[in-house]
Amino acid sequence: MDNLNLSKFCIRLGDHCLIMAHRQSELCSNGPFLEEDIAQINLGLDLLGQAEALLIYAAKLEGGTRTADDLAFRRPERQFHNFMLTEQPNTDFAFVIVRQYIMSLYLLKTYQALSKVEDDTLSGIALKALKELTYHERHFAMWLKRLGDGTEESHERTQTAINELWMFVGELYEEDEIDFMAQKASYAPTGIEMKTFLMEHITAKFSEATLETPHSIYMTTGSKKGIHTEYLGYLLTEMQYLQRAYPDAKW
Amino acid sequence: MGAEELNVLFQERIDANDKIEPRDNMPEEYRKHLIRQMSQHAHSEVIGMQPEGNWITRAPSLRAKKILLAKVQDEAGHGLYLYSATETLGITRDELIEKLHQGKAKYASIFNYPALTWADMGAIGWLVDGAAITNQVSLQKTSYGPYARAMVKICKEESFHQRQGYEIIASMAAGTDEQKEMAQDALNRFWWPSLMMFGPHDSDSPRSGNAMKWKIKRESNDVLRKRFIDKTVSQVELIGLTVPDKDLKWNEKEQSYDFGAIDWDEFWAVIKGGGPCNIKRLKHHKKAHTDGEWVRKAAAAYAQKQAKN
Amino acid sequence: MSEVKDTQGQLWEVFIQTKKGLPFKHFGSVHAYDKEMAIQNARDLYTRRGEGRGMWVVPADAIVAIDSSDDESFFDPSNDKVYRHPTFYELPDGLKNM
Repeated sequence: MDNLNLSKFCIRLGDHCLIMAHRQSELCSNGPFLEEDIAQINLGLDLLGQAEALLIYAAKLEGGTRTADDLAFRRPERQFHNFMLTEQPNTDFAFVIVRQYIMSLYLLKTYQALSKVEDDTLSGIALKALKELTYHERHFAMWLKRLGDGTEESHERTQTAINELWMFVGELYEEDEIDFMAQKASYAPTGIEMKTFLMEHITAKFSEATLETPHSIYMTTGSKKGIHTEYLGYLLTEMQYLQRAYPDAKW
Repeated sequence: MGAEELNVLFQERIDANDKIEPRDNMPEEYRKHLIRQMSQHAHSEVIGMQPEGNWITRAPSLRAKKILLAKVQDEAGHGLYLYSATETLGITRDELIEKLHQGKAKYASIFNYPALTWADMGAIGWLVDGAAITNQVSLQKTSYGPYARAMVKICKEESFHQRQGYEIIASMAAGTDEQKEMAQDALNRFWWPSLMMFGPHDSDSPRSGNAMKWKIKRESNDVLRKRFIDKTVSQVELIGLTVPDKDLKWNEKEQSYDFGAIDWDEFWAVIKGGGPCNIKRLKHHKKAHTDGEWVRKAAAAYAQKQAKN
Repeated sequence: MSEVKDTQGQLWEVFIQTKKGLPFKHFGSVHAYDKEMAIQNARDLYTRRGEGRGMWVVPADAIVAIDSSDDESFFDPSNDKVYRHPTFYELPDGLKNM
């Protein structure tokens, strides 16, 4: 994989982490109880650290004309490549748990492949992230069981979150040229491998939590081409405000 | 043993600098004073997450975002240490939260001021945490064991908070004209409320008598306030900002700063609910609590089912 | 199912081993609704700075403590049993490996 394409590959992964970290940090001081507040911030911090490491490396691969901060704070919506799932709002705690559980599985599988590549920087990032994601998956799965098999209300809310978020899952195993290049270099699993991994884990965990996995729903697509839901615009407006308002300032 | 005799024994232990532990005999007034002070301290950490949490999503760099997120998380953690320490006095966290929501328990008034610009993240870390640390260092020697131990842990973890704040202000003070202006403005707005954090003058502090006698409080409001001013003024000057107090001057004889009159009317007004954010802070806390109810119930229900199996 | 009460969960005591081989020490308490959650909450609260290698959580109400008004009768009798402490014994200089 040449540097420019590898950089694009890293930006995609970095964008998933960055946007999820943003959503996680929105939960700060809004948790159902203080211990969970702290837990969610921890997970957000892990994702932010991964985003930073990936964007720093992507900036370097690009040739150094942009910094990681430029990538995070100066790109417009259409140049962001995070999955639409990652930008979905924290409608309620169930939406957070479902979104993050599915993304934890995606990141686990992704980092597993990346941890074995010869590129020391990337395998280093992936090895560290792999430990973090193992814990994320455990934490979100724990909640999935409690919400799915808790009260009638929690069950209903969680099933609603699953149903409303399901159309965004298809993107996680979609492929384009960059993916094919990454797969060829063994940097990423194939779409089929990813889909099988996700579906096996999701259906098993959902059923353990007495939740239904939706069937034959239309899967939306577009983030690889910079297409998003309307939520991303607001998110970036907030995230990029200072850098945009004071372009000459250093912080 | 009669109550009076127990109280004499208790005071002897205090005077001998013994630490009081949860199951020890203690006067009811001592227990009540601790619950009031410690829960106020815990609530302050938790409500204090809001003004800073408000800026995490707008932090201007990935590094700043990471640090601020970690810092606010520490505050949540400190809130938990303090709630746990308060619970050893025989009160539950549910009760403590209820008292906060009913307005019967207070939190530090400083958090009723808004965080308007990124420079405020600097001012809060530097001045507000700085004032809090001055107080907390002194409280590490407080007479109630669980409170003292919580303070030791908190002081250890907070050492990075003040540096984080000062770094933000310092880099803005050295930045563009707009940044400099924001830095000075933040200092102007947070200076006096930070001095108020130490509480009324010793002469107007009705509860201090018992608190000092029982060694809950180890140093007076005015002593701590002066210590804070003395160490902060040079930090202000170092980065080219100005303390917003025209009466501030070095007193050679006392080797300490003389400072202007604090607006105690404002202090009492904000405590009594007149700050710009009193309503907002409490509403936010109540909303998170209400929104979380179904989650807590789900967790409790799941645990009940597991226990039956 | 009966109506579930809204609470902040149960209180658990947290014991952490900071290095492999060292004893577990009491670090503080945490709230949680069950044991799986308790150990995760303890991890997130008490090992934010990498303090932990091993961890126990114990329901607070499972801990048996003595009353402090009893502490003299409980502990003082062993104060005079200095022979339990290794420094009690006078041994010849140069003795090794004991």
